[in-house]
Amino acid sequence: MTRIYVPRDSSALALGADALADAIKAEAARRGIAIDLIRNGSRGLLWLEPLVEVQTAEGRVGYANVEESDVGALFDAGFVDGGEHARRVGVVDEIPYLKKQQRLTFARIGITDPLSTDDYVAHGGLEGLRQALQTDGDAACEALIESGLRGRGGAAFPAGIKWRTVRAAKAAQKYIVCNADEGDSGTFSDRLVMESDPYVLIEGMIIAGVVTGATAGYIYVRSEYPHSIATLEAAIAKARAAGWLGDSVLGSAHRFELFVAKGAGSYVCGEETALLESLEGKRGIVRAKPPVPALVGLYGQPTVINNVITLATVPIIFARGAAFYKDFGMGRSRGTLPFQLAGNVKQGGLVELAFGVTLRELIHDYGGGTASGRPARAVQVGGPLGTYLPESQWDIPMDYEAYAAVGAVVGHGGLVVHDDTSNLAELAQYAMHFCALESCGKCTPCRIGSTRGVEVIARIRNGDTSKRQVQLLRDLCDTMVSGSLCAMGGMTPYPVLSALDHFPEDFGLADARADAPKAAA
Amino acid sequence: MDDLIAFAPEQLVERHALPGKSLLAVLHAIQDELGYVPPATVPSLARVMNLSRAEVHGVITYYHHFRTSPAAPVTVQLCRAEACRSMGTEALAHHIEARTGCRFDAGHETGDAVELESVYCLGQCALSPAMMVNGTLHAKVTPQKFDAIFAAASKCVEVTA
Repeated sequence: MTRIYVPRDSSALALGADALADAIKAEAARRGIAIDLIRNGSRGLLWLEPLVEVQTAEGRVGYANVEESDVGALFDAGFVDGGEHARRVGVVDEIPYLKKQQRLTFARIGITDPLSTDDYVAHGGLEGLRQALQTDGDAACEALIESGLRGRGGAAFPAGIKWRTVRAAKAAQKYIVCNADEGDSGTFSDRLVMESDPYVLIEGMIIAGVVTGATAGYIYVRSEYPHSIATLEAAIAKARAAGWLGDSVLGSAHRFELFVAKGAGSYVCGEETALLESLEGKRGIVRAKPPVPALVGLYGQPTVINNVITLATVPIIFARGAAFYKDFGMGRSRGTLPFQLAGNVKQGGLVELAFGVTLRELIHDYGGGTASGRPARAVQVGGPLGTYLPESQWDIPMDYEAYAAVGAVVGHGGLVVHDDTSNLAELAQYAMHFCALESCGKCTPCRIGSTRGVEVIARIRNGDTSKRQVQLLRDLCDTMVSGSLCAMGGMTPYPVLSALDHFPEDFGLADARADAPKAAA
Repeated sequence: MDDLIAFAPEQLVERHALPGKSLLAVLHAIQDELGYVPPATVPSLARVMNLSRAEVHGVITYYHHFRTSPAAPVTVQLCRAEACRSMGTEALAHHIEARTGCRFDAGHETGDAVELESVYCLGQCALSPAMMVNGTLHAKVTPQKFDAIFAAASKCVEVTA
């Protein structure tokens, strides 16, 4: 019986994968062909979705961008045996986009059925947890520090140090919280983990619980991700039934329970302290730090709060060892980062590579240039709070420190490509507008500054390009950067100032940098 | 408005305000059942959750997701964030406004057939522009594709009505 794979992640669903799967089943039945249709996760080659795969002797053969109306012709072409057809893209593992990647965190996505515990274990799942259960907690924290894993949500804080702090804290109840409030435009790696390999996140959270002594975990998922929520809930129920969760994790003395909490459409809840407030059922208002959540977190208890990718990377580090992971990357940026090619790019998708790759390689070698076919002009790296990089900066290696040196952020590894029809002044105004919409309102620079920012950029765009206006915008940005409580207000100036510095012509300015203070130049 | 709908706020709240649930989780449960959170539930929620009415009202109004009146029969949520902008979501928004005769984020009056809402990221940034129509996700949306999806959604509503 031929195995046919039709992805079930939301990207494939958004392009009609459910109807497609039904059509394939119906056509197979009509022709009397026995097939085993598996709903796998996405391979992350999103521009090929829906990507149907057929198990053949030479490997899994892919058919890309398949529509319901293609099904009859595919059967006519003998696709059940890997037959030739215009949609055929060959053996999926051999597609250079995928083959050249270094998939560690995403080793399983698209290959397995996301909800099959057997599939997960057959593909290396639980090896990390079994190691962690045999390792002393202090040594486990040291190993995580040694691996060099830093928070993948954007802040890049060493994960092992956070874990060690929580482990050392004395409390009756500790928590593991997963930040799955992936609200940054241009990012979807968290979503891919949750929808295509949820058990790797669950395993990472259990390891965090075992190591730090926390017995309860929460995954805070944004409400815009209903498919992620449904997949996680189904996976948690199966993990509980399999004895991975509950009073005795894999038969050990460790207890760990896991719950999904649903966000409610607030961007700032991606900030860790606002997330904790929201998880407690309150308005998502940022808390002042210190105290850090590792000591005073959820309900005032010591809490590990890590992003999805950070936690999903933990299992392979424990399974293969700190040295294996550390071997990837450069400088103080160790391991791999799942880059997300998004926006105006021909071949959008997930590209997991070691740190050190350049933006140019990602956009051209992987992305294949823009979707529009026009020249790429600016790339925003790191989400709505990241800078716009002009072509002159596309050869900087992707490394936290190298990016920081030019005032940019690697962030969550999301890249949004804009072509030469883009207007960076408009995008800068939008950045301020978005901050005004989403500010929690606690601190003045963010709450008021964002609205004033929209106004001053509008004035400049409407023709008041006097030095006074530009200076006003710079002063406002300076106040927001220095005076905001969290990254929402503190980093909204990044896209604004980078647009102003690198694309002054979009603001109607000859060269804005002539007005820039020396220190900032 | 509320009196048109057959529900008792107290019973609704008691059904969903289970021990250990946060206010946010209770509000989700109510909205999942009813499609919105009726303002008449605020006093009961405050009493059961041991909070002030102001706190409950504050949470409901803080989050974009919660609505205090029923949605229009056809609700279009279009992503207006950066990745979708780079792929022409603003031009698409103009098309949608012209096609439906509605404005984005203007709310809707009782009896309106359509509501247009801006959202910021649906996680389909490699397949922009993205939108949800009555909760169903669509990617790589073009004006033509929107017209077809909108016509199907409107027809579906007529049939149900």
